Amino acid sequence: MAKQIEVTDVDAYYSGHKAIEGISMTIDARAVTAFIGPSGCGKSTFLRTLNRMHEVIPGATVTGKIRMEEQDLYGADVDPVSVRRTIGMVFQRPNPFPTMSIYDNVAAGLRLNHRYSKSELDGIVEESLKGANLWNEVKDRLPKPGSGLSGGQQQRLCIARAIAVRPQVLLMDEPCSALDPISTLAIEDLIAKLKQEFTIVIVTHNMQQAARVSDKTAFFNLAAQGQPGKLIEMDDTTKIFTSPSQKATEDYITGRFG
Amino acid sequence: MREGGSAPLSRSAFRRSRGDGPFRYASTGAGILLLVIMAAIAVFLIARAIPALQANTASFLTELTWNANASEPKFGIGALAFGTVLSSFLALIIATPIAIGVALFISHYAPRRLASFLGYIIDLLAAVPSVVYGLWGIIFLVPFMRGPSQFLNDYFGWIPIFGGDQVVGRSMLVGSLVLAIMILPIIAAISREVFLQAPKMQEEAALALGATRWEMIRMAVLPFGRPGVISAAMLGLGRAMGETIAVALIFPATFTISYEILSANGNSIAANIANGFGEANDIGRGALIASGLVLFVITLLVNMAARWVISRRKEYARVAA
Ligand SMILES: Nc1ncnc2c1ncn2[C@@H]1O[C@H](COP(=O)(O)OP(=O)(O)OP(=O)(O)O)[C@@H](O)[C@H]1O
Ligand SMILES: [Mg+2]
Repeated sequence: MAKQIEVTDVDAYYSGHKAIEGISMTIDARAVTAFIGPSGCGKSTFLRTLNRMHEVIPGATVTGKIRMEEQDLYGADVDPVSVRRTIGMVFQRPNPFPTMSIYDNVAAGLRLNHRYSKSELDGIVEESLKGANLWNEVKDRLPKPGSGLSGGQQQRLCIARAIAVRPQVLLMDEPCSALDPISTLAIEDLIAKLKQEFTIVIVTHNMQQAARVSDKTAFFNLAAQGQPGKLIEMDDTTKIFTSPSQKATEDYITGRFG
Repeated sequence: MREGGSAPLSRSAFRRSRGDGPFRYASTGAGILLLVIMAAIAVFLIARAIPALQANTASFLTELTWNANASEPKFGIGALAFGTVLSSFLALIIATPIAIGVALFISHYAPRRLASFLGYIIDLLAAVPSVVYGLWGIIFLVPFMRGPSQFLNDYFGWIPIFGGDQVVGRSMLVGSLVLAIMILPIIAAISREVFLQAPKMQEEAALALGATRWEMIRMAVLPFGRPGVISAAMLGLGRAMGETIAVALIFPATFTISYEILSANGNSIAANIANGFGEANDIGRGALIASGLVLFVITLLVNMAARWVISRRKEYARVAA
Protein backbone atom coordinates (compact mmCIF):
# COMPACT_ATOMS: atom_id res chain seq x y z
CA MET A 1 0.00 0.00 0.00
CA ALA A 2 2.94 2.36 0.01
CA LYS A 3 5.26 3.42 -2.72
CA GLN A 4 8.50 5.28 -3.06
CA ILE A 5 8.70 8.50 -5.06
CA GLU A 6 11.68 9.51 -7.13
CA VAL A 7 11.97 13.19 -8.01
CA THR A 8 14.46 14.41 -10.64
CA ASP A 9 15.22 18.04 -11.38
CA VAL A 10 11.77 19.53 -10.86
CA ASP A 11 11.01 23.20 -11.50
CA ALA A 12 7.59 24.74 -10.89
CA TYR A 13 6.23 28.01 -12.20
CA TYR A 14 3.35 30.37 -11.49
CA SER A 15 2.49 32.13 -14.76
CA GLY A 16 6.12 32.25 -15.79
CA HIS A 17 7.49 33.08 -12.33
CA LYS A 18 9.77 30.27 -11.19
CA ALA A 19 8.87 29.27 -7.61
CA ILE A 20 11.10 26.23 -7.14
CA GLU A 21 14.15 25.06 -9.05
CA GLY A 22 16.11 21.89 -9.62
CA ILE A 23 14.65 19.71 -6.92
CA SER A 24 15.71 16.08 -6.83
CA MET A 25 15.05 13.65 -4.01
CA THR A 26 13.87 10.20 -3.08
CA ILE A 27 10.88 9.88 -0.80
CA ASP A 28 10.96 6.53 1.01
CA ALA A 29 7.99 4.23 1.23
CA ARG A 30 6.49 3.55 4.67
CA ALA A 31 8.34 6.45 6.20
CA VAL A 32 7.61 10.02 7.15
CA THR A 33 9.47 12.70 5.23
CA ALA A 34 9.33 16.23 6.62
CA PHE A 35 9.79 19.40 4.56
CA ILE A 36 11.08 22.39 6.48
CA GLY A 37 12.24 25.82 5.47
CA PRO A 38 11.40 29.51 5.71
CA SER A 39 8.12 30.86 4.48
CA GLY A 40 7.87 31.29 0.72
CA CYS A 41 10.64 28.84 -0.12
CA GLY A 42 8.28 26.64 -2.08
CA LYS A 43 7.47 23.75 0.27
CA SER A 44 3.76 23.83 -0.55
CA THR A 45 4.48 24.34 -4.22
CA PHE A 46 6.76 21.32 -4.33
CA LEU A 47 4.34 19.21 -2.30
CA ARG A 48 1.58 20.01 -4.75
CA THR A 49 3.69 18.99 -7.74
CA LEU A 50 3.84 15.49 -6.23
CA ASN A 51 0.13 14.82 -6.77
CA ARG A 52 -0.33 17.14 -9.75
CA MET A 53 -2.35 19.62 -7.73
CA HIS A 54 0.02 22.40 -8.73
CA GLU A 55 -1.34 22.58 -12.27
CA VAL A 56 -4.85 23.18 -10.95
CA ILE A 57 -3.88 26.82 -10.43
CA PRO A 58 -4.38 28.81 -13.64
CA GLY A 59 -1.06 29.43 -15.35
CA ALA A 60 0.90 27.04 -13.13
CA THR A 61 3.31 24.61 -14.81
CA VAL A 62 5.87 21.96 -13.84
CA THR A 63 8.97 20.61 -15.57
CA GLY A 64 11.18 17.67 -14.59
CA LYS A 65 10.47 14.10 -13.72
CA ILE A 66 8.55 12.51 -10.88
CA ARG A 67 8.24 8.74 -10.72
CA MET A 68 6.28 6.63 -8.33
CA GLU A 69 7.93 3.20 -8.52
CA GLU A 70 7.63 2.34 -12.21
CA GLN A 71 5.15 5.02 -13.15
CA ASP A 72 6.02 8.44 -14.54
CA LEU A 73 3.48 10.74 -12.87
CA TYR A 74 3.86 13.34 -15.59
CA GLY A 75 3.79 10.90 -18.47
CA ALA A 76 1.82 11.95 -21.52
CA ASP A 77 -0.75 9.21 -21.05
CA VAL A 78 -1.19 9.74 -17.31
CA ASP A 79 -4.47 11.19 -16.11
CA PRO A 80 -3.86 13.68 -13.28
CA VAL A 81 -7.15 12.59 -11.75
CA SER A 82 -5.84 9.06 -11.27
CA VAL A 83 -2.60 10.40 -9.80
CA ARG A 84 -4.59 12.29 -7.20
CA ARG A 85 -6.51 9.16 -6.41
CA THR A 86 -3.31 7.34 -5.50
CA ILE A 87 -1.63 10.27 -3.76
CA GLY A 88 -3.90 11.78 -1.13
CA MET A 89 -3.57 15.23 0.38
CA VAL A 90 -4.41 16.96 3.64
CA PHE A 91 -4.44 20.74 3.64
CA GLN A 92 -3.28 23.38 6.07
CA ARG A 93 -6.78 24.45 6.99
CA PRO A 94 -9.33 21.72 7.62
CA ASN A 95 -11.65 21.68 4.62
CA PRO A 96 -14.45 19.16 5.08
CA PHE A 97 -17.34 19.54 2.67
CA PRO A 98 -19.68 21.75 4.70
CA THR A 99 -22.86 20.52 3.07
CA MET A 100 -22.05 16.88 3.70
CA SER A 101 -22.52 14.80 6.81
CA ILE A 102 -19.53 13.33 8.63
CA TYR A 103 -20.29 10.00 7.03
CA ASP A 104 -20.61 11.44 3.53
CA ASN A 105 -17.39 13.38 3.94
CA VAL A 106 -15.47 10.18 4.57
CA ALA A 107 -17.33 8.38 1.81
CA ALA A 108 -16.93 11.22 -0.70
CA GLY A 109 -13.78 9.89 -2.36
CA LEU A 110 -15.04 6.31 -2.33
CA ARG A 111 -18.19 7.24 -4.16
CA LEU A 112 -16.13 8.75 -6.97
CA ASN A 113 -14.44 5.52 -7.94
CA HIS A 114 -16.73 2.58 -7.50
CA ARG A 115 -20.17 1.57 -6.51
CA TYR A 116 -19.85 0.21 -3.03
CA SER A 117 -22.66 -1.55 -1.25
CA LYS A 118 -24.03 0.16 1.84
CA SER A 119 -22.37 -2.36 4.14
CA GLU A 120 -19.00 -2.10 2.39
CA LEU A 121 -19.20 1.67 2.64
CA ASP A 122 -20.16 1.47 6.33
CA GLY A 123 -17.15 -0.76 6.89
CA ILE A 124 -14.64 1.50 5.15
CA VAL A 125 -16.04 4.65 6.77
CA GLU A 126 -15.72 3.11 10.21
CA GLU A 127 -12.25 1.78 9.49
CA SER A 128 -11.07 5.15 8.14
CA LEU A 129 -12.49 7.08 11.06
CA LYS A 130 -10.81 4.63 13.43
CA GLY A 131 -7.63 5.04 11.40
CA ALA A 132 -7.89 8.79 11.93
CA ASN A 133 -8.52 8.32 15.68
CA LEU A 134 -11.89 10.01 15.32
CA TRP A 135 -14.34 7.12 15.46
CA ASN A 136 -15.08 7.28 19.20
CA GLU A 137 -15.84 10.98 19.05
CA VAL A 138 -18.22 10.87 16.10
CA LYS A 139 -19.71 7.40 15.94
CA ASP A 140 -22.99 8.62 17.43
CA ARG A 141 -23.37 11.54 15.06
CA LEU A 142 -22.30 10.33 11.65
CA PRO A 143 -25.32 11.92 9.90
CA LYS A 144 -24.50 15.34 11.37
CA PRO A 145 -22.66 17.90 9.26
CA GLY A 146 -18.87 17.76 9.33
CA SER A 147 -18.67 21.50 9.85
CA GLY A 148 -20.09 21.04 13.35
CA LEU A 149 -16.86 19.48 14.59
CA SER A 150 -13.98 21.26 16.31
CA GLY A 151 -11.01 22.33 14.19
CA GLY A 152 -8.89 19.39 15.32
CA GLN A 153 -11.73 16.97 14.72
CA GLN A 154 -12.32 18.48 11.29
CA GLN A 155 -8.68 17.97 10.40
CA ARG A 156 -8.85 14.34 11.49
CA LEU A 157 -12.04 14.04 9.45
CA CYS A 158 -10.08 15.29 6.45
CA ILE A 159 -7.39 12.71 7.16
CA ALA A 160 -10.06 10.01 7.37
CA ARG A 161 -11.46 11.23 4.08
CA ALA A 162 -8.01 11.07 2.49
CA ILE A 163 -7.11 7.59 3.77
CA ALA A 164 -10.56 6.14 2.98
CA VAL A 165 -9.60 5.81 -0.68
CA ARG A 166 -6.49 3.82 0.34
CA PRO A 167 -3.87 6.03 -1.31
CA GLN A 168 -0.24 4.97 -1.74
CA VAL A 169 1.05 8.25 -0.44
CA LEU A 170 -0.33 10.89 1.88
CA LEU A 171 0.79 14.49 1.53
CA MET A 172 0.17 16.86 4.45
CA ASP A 173 0.70 20.61 4.20
CA GLU A 174 1.11 21.98 7.71
CA PRO A 175 -1.76 19.81 8.94
CA CYS A 176 -1.44 21.07 12.52
CA SER A 177 -0.85 24.77 12.04
CA ALA A 178 -4.48 25.67 12.72
CA LEU A 179 -4.77 23.37 15.73
CA ASP A 180 -4.24 23.51 19.49
CA PRO A 181 -1.44 21.46 21.13
CA ILE A 182 -3.71 18.59 22.13
CA SER A 183 -5.16 18.18 18.66
CA THR A 184 -1.63 18.48 17.30
CA LEU A 185 -0.47 15.61 19.48
CA ALA A 186 -3.47 13.55 18.36
CA ILE A 187 -2.46 14.08 14.76
CA GLU A 188 1.19 13.36 15.40
CA ASP A 189 0.22 10.06 17.03
CA LEU A 190 -1.90 9.38 14.01
CA ILE A 191 0.99 10.05 11.63
CA ALA A 192 3.17 7.59 13.52
CA LYS A 193 0.44 5.01 13.12
CA LEU A 194 -0.27 5.78 9.47
CA LYS A 195 3.31 5.44 8.33
CA GLN A 196 3.08 1.68 8.73
CA GLU A 197 0.73 1.71 5.77
CA PHE A 198 1.38 4.87 3.80
CA THR A 199 4.25 6.90 2.50
CA ILE A 200 3.86 10.22 4.28
CA VAL A 201 5.19 13.66 3.43
CA ILE A 202 4.55 16.47 5.87
CA VAL A 203 5.32 20.17 5.59
CA THR A 204 5.83 21.81 8.96
CA HIS A 205 7.14 25.02 10.47
CA ASN A 206 7.50 23.32 13.79
CA MET A 207 11.03 21.97 14.26
CA GLN A 208 10.05 19.84 17.23
CA GLN A 209 7.28 18.35 15.20
CA ALA A 210 9.58 17.52 12.33
CA ALA A 211 12.01 15.94 14.80
CA ARG A 212 9.27 13.98 16.55
CA VAL A 213 7.38 12.52 13.61
CA SER A 214 9.72 12.22 10.66
CA ASP A 215 12.35 9.72 9.54
CA LYS A 216 13.83 11.93 6.84
CA THR A 217 13.94 15.71 6.74
CA ALA A 218 14.38 17.94 3.70
CA PHE A 219 15.43 21.55 4.17
CA PHE A 220 14.39 24.08 1.52
CA ASN A 221 15.65 27.63 1.22
CA LEU A 222 15.69 30.51 -1.18
CA ALA A 223 18.67 32.69 -1.94
CA ALA A 224 16.66 35.92 -1.80
CA GLN A 225 13.11 37.16 -2.08
CA GLY A 226 11.85 36.59 -5.61
CA GLN A 227 14.41 33.86 -6.26
CA PRO A 228 13.19 30.29 -6.72
CA GLY A 229 13.33 27.97 -3.72
CA LYS A 230 15.82 25.10 -3.70
CA LEU A 231 16.43 21.92 -1.78
CA ILE A 232 19.45 22.59 0.42
CA GLU A 233 19.84 19.17 1.96
CA MET A 234 17.95 16.04 2.81
CA ASP A 235 19.00 13.38 5.26
CA ASP A 236 17.92 11.28 8.22
CA THR A 237 16.04 13.47 10.63
CA THR A 238 18.46 12.75 13.49
CA LYS A 239 21.36 13.75 11.29
CA ILE A 240 19.69 16.97 10.15
CA PHE A 241 18.92 17.98 13.71
CA THR A 242 22.27 16.99 15.22
CA SER A 243 24.92 17.50 12.57
CA PRO A 244 23.63 18.96 9.30
CA SER A 245 26.18 19.19 6.54
CA GLN A 246 25.10 22.67 5.40
CA LYS A 247 25.62 25.86 7.35
CA ALA A 248 22.24 27.23 6.23
CA THR A 249 20.43 24.19 7.62
CA GLU A 250 22.14 24.56 10.96
CA ASP A 251 21.31 28.25 11.11
CA TYR A 252 17.69 27.54 10.32
CA ILE A 253 17.11 24.72 12.82
CA THR A 254 18.88 26.55 15.58
CA GLY A 255 16.62 29.49 14.92
CA ARG A 256 19.24 31.90 13.68
CA PHE A 257 17.03 32.90 10.77
CA GLY A 258 13.70 32.11 9.14
CA MET B 1 -36.10 43.12 8.58
CA ARG B 2 -33.55 45.59 9.88
CA GLU B 3 -31.75 45.20 13.14
CA GLY B 4 -33.20 47.81 15.40
CA GLY B 5 -32.05 49.05 18.82
CA SER B 6 -28.54 49.36 20.12
CA ALA B 7 -26.07 46.78 21.28
CA PRO B 8 -26.31 46.30 25.05
CA LEU B 9 -22.67 47.23 25.56
CA SER B 10 -22.66 50.49 23.71
CA ARG B 11 -24.42 52.59 26.31
CA SER B 12 -22.46 51.73 29.43
CA ALA B 13 -19.01 50.66 28.37
CA PHE B 14 -18.33 52.57 25.17
CA ARG B 15 -19.37 55.95 23.92
CA ARG B 16 -21.22 55.80 20.68
CA SER B 17 -19.08 57.19 17.91
CA ARG B 18 -20.20 60.56 16.66
CA GLY B 19 -21.51 59.71 13.17
CA ASP B 20 -23.62 56.89 14.51
CA GLY B 21 -26.57 58.81 15.95
CA PRO B 22 -27.72 60.76 12.90
CA PHE B 23 -27.24 57.74 10.70
CA ARG B 24 -29.36 55.63 12.99
CA TYR B 25 -32.21 58.15 12.89
CA ALA B 26 -31.93 58.56 9.13
CA SER B 27 -32.03 54.82 8.50
CA THR B 28 -34.87 54.22 10.96
CA GLY B 29 -36.79 57.08 9.39
CA ALA B 30 -36.27 55.71 5.91
CA GLY B 31 -37.43 52.30 7.04
CA ILE B 32 -40.60 53.68 8.59
CA LEU B 33 -41.31 55.84 5.55
CA LEU B 34 -41.01 52.81 3.31
CA LEU B 35 -43.47 50.86 5.43
CA VAL B 36 -45.93 53.78 5.45
CA ILE B 37 -45.78 54.13 1.67
CA MET B 38 -46.29 50.42 1.18
CA ALA B 39 -49.23 50.38 3.57
CA ALA B 40 -50.77 53.36 1.78
CA ILE B 41 -50.47 51.64 -1.58
CA ALA B 42 -52.01 48.47 -0.20
CA VAL B 43 -54.93 50.38 1.35
CA PHE B 44 -55.53 52.27 -1.89
CA LEU B 45 -55.51 49.12 -4.02
CA ILE B 46 -57.74 47.17 -1.65
CA ALA B 47 -60.18 50.09 -1.46
CA ARG B 48 -60.40 50.16 -5.26
CA ALA B 49 -60.75 46.39 -5.54
CA ILE B 50 -63.54 45.87 -3.02
CA PRO B 51 -66.38 47.68 -4.92
CA ALA B 52 -65.53 45.73 -8.07
CA LEU B 53 -65.53 42.44 -6.21
CA GLN B 54 -68.90 43.34 -4.67
CA ALA B 55 -70.31 44.22 -8.07
CA ASN B 56 -69.15 40.91 -9.55
CA THR B 57 -72.18 38.77 -10.38
CA ALA B 58 -70.09 35.62 -10.77
CA SER B 59 -67.57 33.90 -8.53
CA PHE B 60 -64.21 35.67 -8.60
CA LEU B 61 -62.44 32.37 -8.04
CA THR B 62 -64.14 30.05 -10.52
CA GLU B 63 -65.65 32.18 -13.31
CA LEU B 64 -63.85 31.63 -16.64
CA THR B 65 -64.59 34.96 -18.35
CA TRP B 66 -63.55 38.55 -17.87
CA ASN B 67 -66.47 40.89 -18.58
CA ALA B 68 -65.78 43.43 -15.90
CA ASN B 69 -66.96 46.43 -17.92
CA ALA B 70 -70.43 45.04 -18.57
CA SER B 71 -73.46 46.41 -16.73
CA GLU B 72 -73.62 43.03 -15.00
CA PRO B 73 -69.91 42.48 -14.40
CA LYS B 74 -68.75 38.85 -14.60
CA PHE B 75 -65.13 38.05 -14.05
CA GLY B 76 -62.98 35.35 -12.48
CA ILE B 77 -59.31 35.05 -11.72
CA GLY B 78 -59.00 31.26 -12.19
CA ALA B 79 -57.83 31.08 -15.79
CA LEU B 80 -55.52 34.08 -15.38
CA ALA B 81 -53.90 32.79 -12.21
CA PHE B 82 -53.52 29.37 -13.80
CA GLY B 83 -51.94 30.87 -16.90
CA THR B 84 -49.59 33.01 -14.84
CA VAL B 85 -48.40 30.12 -12.72
CA LEU B 86 -48.14 27.64 -15.58
CA SER B 87 -46.28 29.95 -17.96
CA SER B 88 -43.86 31.14 -15.27
CA PHE B 89 -43.10 27.66 -14.05
CA LEU B 90 -42.61 26.41 -17.59
CA ALA B 91 -40.26 29.31 -18.19
CA LEU B 92 -38.42 28.50 -14.98
CA ILE B 93 -38.11 24.81 -15.82
CA ILE B 94 -36.73 25.66 -19.25
CA ALA B 95 -34.43 28.49 -18.15
CA THR B 96 -32.89 27.28 -14.90
CA PRO B 97 -30.95 24.23 -16.12
CA ILE B 98 -29.60 26.17 -19.10
CA ALA B 99 -28.72 29.14 -16.91
CA ILE B 100 -26.88 26.88 -14.46
CA GLY B 101 -25.01 25.29 -17.34
CA VAL B 102 -24.03 28.65 -18.77
CA ALA B 103 -23.00 29.93 -15.34
CA LEU B 104 -20.86 26.85 -14.66
CA PHE B 105 -19.25 27.08 -18.06
CA ILE B 106 -18.30 30.69 -17.43
CA SER B 107 -17.16 30.16 -13.85
CA HIS B 108 -15.36 26.83 -14.11
CA TYR B 109 -14.71 25.76 -17.69
CA ALA B 110 -14.12 28.68 -20.00
CA PRO B 111 -10.62 30.14 -20.33
CA ARG B 112 -10.33 33.39 -18.43
CA ARG B 113 -10.70 35.84 -21.34
CA LEU B 114 -13.63 34.03 -22.88
CA ALA B 115 -15.20 33.83 -19.43
CA SER B 116 -15.05 37.56 -18.80
CA PHE B 117 -16.36 38.25 -22.30
CA LEU B 118 -19.30 35.88 -21.82
CA GLY B 119 -19.97 37.28 -18.38
CA TYR B 120 -20.18 40.72 -19.90
CA ILE B 121 -22.60 39.52 -22.60
CA ILE B 122 -24.85 37.88 -20.02
CA ASP B 123 -24.95 41.05 -17.94
CA LEU B 124 -25.88 42.98 -21.07
CA LEU B 125 -28.65 40.55 -21.99
CA ALA B 126 -30.04 40.81 -18.48
CA ALA B 127 -30.49 44.53 -19.01
CA VAL B 128 -32.43 44.28 -22.30
CA PRO B 129 -35.98 45.62 -21.85
CA SER B 130 -38.64 42.95 -21.95
CA VAL B 131 -40.53 44.54 -24.83
CA VAL B 132 -37.58 43.68 -27.05
CA TYR B 133 -37.90 40.03 -26.11
CA GLY B 134 -41.65 40.25 -26.70
CA LEU B 135 -41.26 41.71 -30.17
CA TRP B 136 -38.58 39.21 -31.06
CA GLY B 137 -40.92 36.49 -29.82
CA ILE B 138 -43.85 37.58 -31.95
CA ILE B 139 -41.80 38.29 -35.07
CA PHE B 140 -39.36 35.41 -34.99
CA LEU B 141 -40.22 32.76 -32.41
CA VAL B 142 -43.95 32.41 -33.12
CA PRO B 143 -43.47 31.43 -36.78
CA PHE B 144 -40.26 29.56 -36.01
CA MET B 145 -41.88 27.34 -33.38
CA ARG B 146 -44.72 26.13 -35.61
CA GLY B 147 -42.68 23.22 -36.93
CA PRO B 148 -41.24 22.04 -33.64
CA SER B 149 -44.65 22.43 -31.97
CA GLN B 150 -46.26 20.30 -34.66
CA PHE B 151 -43.51 17.72 -34.21
CA LEU B 152 -44.10 17.56 -30.46
CA ASN B 153 -47.81 17.22 -31.03
CA ASP B 154 -47.39 14.48 -33.66
CA TYR B 155 -44.89 12.31 -31.84
CA PHE B 156 -45.38 13.17 -28.18
CA GLY B 157 -49.07 13.99 -28.26
CA TRP B 158 -49.66 11.05 -25.94
CA ILE B 159 -48.09 13.16 -23.17
CA PRO B 160 -51.08 15.24 -22.04
CA ILE B 161 -49.32 18.62 -22.13
CA PHE B 162 -48.35 18.11 -25.79
CA GLY B 163 -51.82 16.84 -26.71
CA GLY B 164 -54.65 18.75 -28.37
CA ASP B 165 -56.19 18.84 -31.83
CA GLN B 166 -54.89 22.11 -33.10
CA VAL B 167 -51.34 23.43 -32.81
CA VAL B 168 -50.88 27.19 -33.00
CA GLY B 169 -47.94 29.58 -33.01
CA ARG B 170 -49.16 31.86 -30.25
CA SER B 171 -49.34 29.16 -27.61
CA MET B 172 -48.58 28.76 -23.94
CA LEU B 173 -45.33 27.04 -24.91
CA VAL B 174 -44.06 29.87 -27.08
CA GLY B 175 -45.04 32.48 -24.48
CA SER B 176 -43.19 30.48 -21.87
CA LEU B 177 -40.18 30.18 -24.14
CA VAL B 178 -40.01 33.94 -24.51
CA LEU B 179 -40.27 34.27 -20.74
CA ALA B 180 -37.54 31.64 -20.34
CA ILE B 181 -35.20 33.49 -22.69
CA MET B 182 -36.01 36.70 -20.88
CA ILE B 183 -35.19 35.40 -17.40
CA LEU B 184 -32.26 33.22 -18.42
CA PRO B 185 -29.60 35.97 -18.33
CA ILE B 186 -30.51 37.18 -14.87
CA ILE B 187 -30.49 33.65 -13.45
CA ALA B 188 -27.21 32.89 -15.22
CA ALA B 189 -25.60 36.15 -14.09
CA ILE B 190 -26.44 35.63 -10.43
CA SER B 191 -25.57 31.93 -10.51
CA ARG B 192 -22.21 32.72 -12.05
CA GLU B 193 -21.52 35.24 -9.27
CA VAL B 194 -22.39 32.57 -6.70
CA PHE B 195 -20.35 29.81 -8.33
CA LEU B 196 -17.32 32.07 -8.52
CA GLN B 197 -17.50 32.47 -4.77
CA ALA B 198 -17.42 28.74 -4.09
CA PRO B 199 -14.58 28.27 -1.60
CA LYS B 200 -11.30 27.28 -3.29
CA MET B 201 -10.49 25.19 -0.23
CA GLN B 202 -13.32 22.77 -0.84
CA GLU B 203 -12.74 22.70 -4.57
CA GLU B 204 -9.15 21.68 -3.95
CA ALA B 205 -10.27 19.11 -1.41
CA ALA B 206 -12.46 17.49 -4.05
CA LEU B 207 -9.73 17.58 -6.70
CA ALA B 208 -7.19 16.13 -4.29
CA LEU B 209 -9.54 13.20 -3.69
CA GLY B 210 -9.34 12.42 -7.38
CA ALA B 211 -12.50 14.12 -8.53
CA THR B 212 -12.83 15.11 -12.16
CA ARG B 213 -13.84 18.67 -12.81
CA TRP B 214 -17.49 17.80 -13.07
CA GLU B 215 -17.31 15.70 -9.89
CA MET B 216 -15.59 18.58 -8.15
CA ILE B 217 -18.41 20.86 -9.23
CA ARG B 218 -20.97 18.43 -7.86
CA MET B 219 -19.14 18.02 -4.56
CA ALA B 220 -17.98 21.53 -3.81
CA VAL B 221 -19.61 24.09 -6.10
CA LEU B 222 -23.24 23.11 -6.53
CA PRO B 223 -23.99 22.41 -2.85
CA PHE B 224 -22.41 25.74 -1.96
CA GLY B 225 -24.26 27.54 -4.73
CA ARG B 226 -27.65 25.96 -4.09
CA PRO B 227 -29.23 28.72 -1.99
CA GLY B 228 -27.92 31.36 -4.36
CA VAL B 229 -29.22 29.54 -7.41
CA ILE B 230 -32.61 29.11 -5.77
CA SER B 231 -32.70 32.82 -5.01
CA ALA B 232 -31.74 33.60 -8.60
CA ALA B 233 -34.43 31.28 -9.92
CA MET B 234 -36.98 32.95 -7.64
CA LEU B 235 -35.98 36.33 -8.92
CA GLY B 236 -36.45 35.00 -12.44
CA LEU B 237 -39.78 33.49 -11.51
CA GLY B 238 -40.91 36.79 -10.04
CA ARG B 239 -39.95 38.52 -13.27
CA ALA B 240 -41.76 35.94 -15.35
CA MET B 241 -44.90 36.26 -13.23
CA GLY B 242 -44.94 40.00 -13.36
CA GLU B 243 -43.96 40.22 -17.01
CA THR B 244 -46.56 42.16 -18.93
CA ILE B 245 -45.60 43.29 -22.40
CA ALA B 246 -43.81 40.23 -23.71
CA VAL B 247 -46.65 37.89 -22.86
CA ALA B 248 -49.41 40.35 -23.75
CA LEU B 249 -47.98 40.34 -27.26
CA ILE B 250 -47.89 36.59 -27.57
CA PHE B 251 -50.61 34.99 -25.50
CA PRO B 252 -53.94 34.58 -27.33
CA ALA B 253 -55.74 35.99 -24.25
CA THR B 254 -58.17 33.14 -23.79
CA PHE B 255 -60.00 32.31 -20.59
CA THR B 256 -59.52 28.59 -20.45
CA ILE B 257 -57.81 26.33 -17.98
CA SER B 258 -55.95 23.77 -20.04
CA TYR B 259 -52.69 21.92 -19.75
CA GLU B 260 -52.34 21.65 -23.51
CA ILE B 261 -49.45 24.03 -23.98
CA LEU B 262 -49.40 23.78 -27.78
CA SER B 263 -53.03 24.78 -28.30
CA ALA B 264 -54.49 28.25 -28.40
CA ASN B 265 -54.52 28.67 -24.64
CA GLY B 266 -52.68 31.25 -22.73
CA ASN B 267 -53.15 34.34 -20.69
CA SER B 268 -51.78 35.75 -17.51
CA ILE B 269 -52.79 38.25 -14.87
CA ALA B 270 -50.23 40.78 -16.00
CA ALA B 271 -51.06 40.37 -19.70
CA ASN B 272 -54.75 40.76 -18.94
CA ILE B 273 -54.10 43.98 -17.05
CA ALA B 274 -52.01 45.34 -19.92
CA ASN B 275 -54.62 44.38 -22.49
CA GLY B 276 -57.61 45.66 -20.53
CA PHE B 277 -56.66 48.66 -18.46
CA GLY B 278 -56.95 51.22 -21.23
CA GLU B 279 -60.63 50.78 -22.00
CA ALA B 280 -61.74 49.67 -18.53
CA ASN B 281 -64.44 51.60 -16.65
CA ASP B 282 -64.43 52.07 -12.90
CA ILE B 283 -65.55 48.55 -12.01
CA GLY B 284 -63.30 47.17 -14.72
CA ARG B 285 -60.28 48.88 -13.21
CA GLY B 286 -61.23 47.69 -9.77
CA ALA B 287 -61.44 44.16 -11.12
CA LEU B 288 -57.99 44.44 -12.70
CA ILE B 289 -56.61 45.82 -9.46
CA ALA B 290 -58.09 42.85 -7.62
CA SER B 291 -56.32 40.55 -10.07
CA GLY B 292 -53.11 42.46 -9.42
CA LEU B 293 -53.49 41.81 -5.72
CA VAL B 294 -53.89 38.11 -6.44
CA LEU B 295 -50.65 38.24 -8.45
CA PHE B 296 -48.99 39.87 -5.47
CA VAL B 297 -50.19 37.10 -3.15
CA ILE B 298 -48.98 34.40 -5.55
CA THR B 299 -45.54 36.01 -5.77
CA LEU B 300 -45.43 36.29 -2.01
CA LEU B 301 -46.31 32.62 -1.55
CA VAL B 302 -43.68 31.55 -4.05
CA ASN B 303 -41.05 33.62 -2.30
CA MET B 304 -41.98 32.20 1.07
CA ALA B 305 -41.75 28.69 -0.34
CA ALA B 306 -38.30 29.50 -1.71
CA ARG B 307 -37.15 30.86 1.63
CA TRP B 308 -38.37 27.73 3.28
CA VAL B 309 -36.44 25.56 0.82
CA ILE B 310 -33.29 27.58 1.42
CA SER B 311 -33.55 27.57 5.21
CA ARG B 312 -34.33 23.87 5.40
CA ARG B 313 -30.65 23.14 5.06
CA LYS B 314 -29.39 25.89 7.34
CA GLU B 315 -27.52 23.44 9.48
CA TYR B 316 -25.41 22.44 6.51
CA ALA B 317 -25.08 25.94 5.21
CA ARG B 318 -22.65 26.95 7.95
CA VAL B 319 -19.36 26.97 6.12
CA ALA B 320 -16.48 25.46 8.02
CA ALA B 321 -14.20 28.07 9.52
N1 LIG C 1 -1.19 30.71 -6.31
C1 LIG C 1 0.00 31.32 -6.47
N2 LIG C 1 0.17 32.20 -7.49
C2 LIG C 1 1.34 32.82 -7.67
N3 LIG C 1 2.42 32.65 -6.89
C3 LIG C 1 2.32 31.79 -5.85
C4 LIG C 1 1.11 31.08 -5.59
N4 LIG C 1 1.29 30.31 -4.50
C5 LIG C 1 2.57 30.53 -4.11
N5 LIG C 1 3.19 31.41 -4.92
C6 LIG C 1 4.58 31.87 -4.79
O1 LIG C 1 5.44 30.76 -4.86
C7 LIG C 1 6.48 30.86 -3.90
C8 LIG C 1 6.48 29.64 -3.02
O2 LIG C 1 5.29 29.61 -2.26
P1 LIG C 1 4.87 28.39 -1.36
O3 LIG C 1 3.47 28.61 -0.94
O4 LIG C 1 5.18 27.13 -2.04
O5 LIG C 1 5.85 28.57 -0.12
P2 LIG C 1 5.86 27.78 1.26
O6 LIG C 1 7.24 27.30 1.45
O7 LIG C 1 4.79 26.78 1.29
O8 LIG C 1 5.57 28.93 2.28
P3 LIG C 1 4.79 28.83 3.67
O9 LIG C 1 5.75 28.20 4.61
O10 LIG C 1 4.53 30.25 4.03
O11 LIG C 1 3.55 28.04 3.44
C9 LIG C 1 6.24 32.16 -3.14
O12 LIG C 1 7.08 33.14 -3.70
C10 LIG C 1 4.79 32.49 -3.45
O13 LIG C 1 4.61 33.89 -3.49
MG1 LIG D 1 2.95 26.52 2.41
